[in-house]
Amino acid sequence: MSITLNNIGKRFGNFAALDNINLEIPEGELVALLGPSGCGKTTLLRIIAGLEQADRGQVLLNGSDVTDQPVKNRQIGFVFQHYALFRHMTVFDNIAFGLRVKPRKERPSETKIQEKVHALLNLVQLDWLADRFPDQLSGGQRQRIALARALAVEPSVLLLDEPFGALDASVRKDLRLWLRHLHHELNVTSIFVTHDQEEAMEVASQIVVLNHGKIEQKGSPSEIYDSPNNDFVSRFIGHTNVFQLEKDDSSWLAGAGIIIDDPKGIVAHVRPHNIQVEKPQDPANSPVYLKDWQHLGAIIRLELSKDGTNGKATTIFAEMPNEQFRELALQKGDRLSLHIKHAHWFN
Amino acid sequence: MVGTPPQRPTLRDAQMNTVTATHAYQPKPIALNDPGWVRFGLIGVTLAIIGLFLILPLATVLIEAFSKGWTAYSDSLAHPDTLAAIRLTLLTAAVTVPLTTFFGICAAWAIARFEFRGKSLLITLIDLPFSVSPVIAGLIFVLVFGAQGWLGPWLSEYDIKVIFAVPGIILATLFVTFPFVARELIPLMQEMGHEEEEAALSLGASGWQTFFKVTLPNIKWGLLYGVLLCNARAMGEFGAVSVVSGHIRGLTNTLPLHVEITYNEYDFVGSFASASLLAGLAVVTLIVKTYLEWRQKQDRKAV
Repeated sequence: MSITLNNIGKRFGNFAALDNINLEIPEGELVALLGPSGCGKTTLLRIIAGLEQADRGQVLLNGSDVTDQPVKNRQIGFVFQHYALFRHMTVFDNIAFGLRVKPRKERPSETKIQEKVHALLNLVQLDWLADRFPDQLSGGQRQRIALARALAVEPSVLLLDEPFGALDASVRKDLRLWLRHLHHELNVTSIFVTHDQEEAMEVASQIVVLNHGKIEQKGSPSEIYDSPNNDFVSRFIGHTNVFQLEKDDSSWLAGAGIIIDDPKGIVAHVRPHNIQVEKPQDPANSPVYLKDWQHLGAIIRLELSKDGTNGKATTIFAEMPNEQFRELALQKGDRLSLHIKHAHWFN
Repeated sequence: MVGTPPQRPTLRDAQMNTVTATHAYQPKPIALNDPGWVRFGLIGVTLAIIGLFLILPLATVLIEAFSKGWTAYSDSLAHPDTLAAIRLTLLTAAVTVPLTTFFGICAAWAIARFEFRGKSLLITLIDLPFSVSPVIAGLIFVLVFGAQGWLGPWLSEYDIKVIFAVPGIILATLFVTFPFVARELIPLMQEMGHEEEEAALSLGASGWQTFFKVTLPNIKWGLLYGVLLCNARAMGEFGAVSVVSGHIRGLTNTLPLHVEITYNEYDFVGSFASASLLAGLAVVTLIVKTYLEWRQKQDRKAV
């Protein structure tokens, strides 16, 4: 089911949680609502679900206006950050809940319910937990049960609020991939909220970046990463070095490969992997030296320090593959020259 | 809890229970280990006080009640006035407990689920019957519904009797038992949060289904606990009821009032026989209360 949001606005007192949100989500997408905490992403998700009422604007599901429909009529599945499993029911009863509360005419027979619940338990690979209570499960298991419960009513839209937020790092990694595969299998339009840009890049087919209740950018992970719309998106997605053209040594920037005759803005954002590090011909003249480095597995992150004109040092991060770092055989304190391969300019 | 009306259970009881519950599983720091004589001294003093003020009076009630033998005891319980008092007490509890329960759930729901202006004032007002002396509570109703009261002339015009009649007793009991269930449920529901209810709604459940299948099972032990305390108070209330009842024998005497009247008439066996019923109620209440607390703790441990 496609989702359309028209001019959604929501205020909490004087605080504008959402300001004029327009968004179109085609059927079958797996979309991440990404932003720092307090940016309104969860509020937006809850408005789509019908758990929260927008002050202004409309929510359309498959083209029909559901703005005034209560949550139970919207055919959505909602997965909560803290699972919200019914603690007095077994896993089986939790998953069967949505089927058992249906009006008598639509309610499947108890045998059908049995079949369906076991099919869902198999889907989330937890069939052996059917008779347990939620408090006997681990966080990752609970979240998968919560997902199975939401899927039981065959929702047309699946909404997940920080689904991995309360989990350990390793469990989170597994579940991300699993969610992506599950989405491929079911192909139900899904939106999940996250503040973790890595998670959004890894799982989503489309990312919507929110900040201060506004959409900053929408696009595929590569679009967002490779061509950020503005300063905020560039800083929020991945690491970035920020160079101010007015403040920083422009001649040095020119030497490093940034054309300053025709700058496209006053602030240059450079991803660490877009900085090429070399040993200089004339080490004495280079303002940059290697302060420290961190081993990140396949890549090495170099922490470089650049002497400023006013005696203040700035830190620049560069990244290079492990092998290249070994070839260069750098030592702490070595003078280096930089070549900037690509920069994003903002005003 | 002795023969006389069951002691007024306060909120502090409930809170202290949760405190001990959380502390019970923590290892005790060595620094807090007092020397043996302090420990035994304190335990001894506590036991002595309990023995003197709780066990001894309770025993006295039973001894006095049976002082003239089993026949005298059963005869005085079978006396029509005693039976009338028991009936009225049961009727009062049967009317007030459901009403207080209903009100308690409504109030707890409103306070735990909605944000509105004057919410803290409302919470304070719910507590009002705890802080007002029961006699004053009774007097309020006399001033409102009595013959000289605000509504007195209007009521007598329609020949409705409130004061010195059963409705007055029920009203006074309602007033004093008002906060019991609400006070028990408000913190419970606030702690629970709304996520489970939202989950139920998102799964297509109606409001009623959500209440009966999700909310109620989660609050049931707390609710029963509140109902139990409310019942004990409704059956044992003396002060407020005494003011509005008029002590009409066989008509407006509840069990606690009956204890007083028979005592004042030097019918000690009759008085203590009735008191033994109230003491029995207190003991049963205590046992059920302990069970409910234990169940609640089990549930909470599970979460």
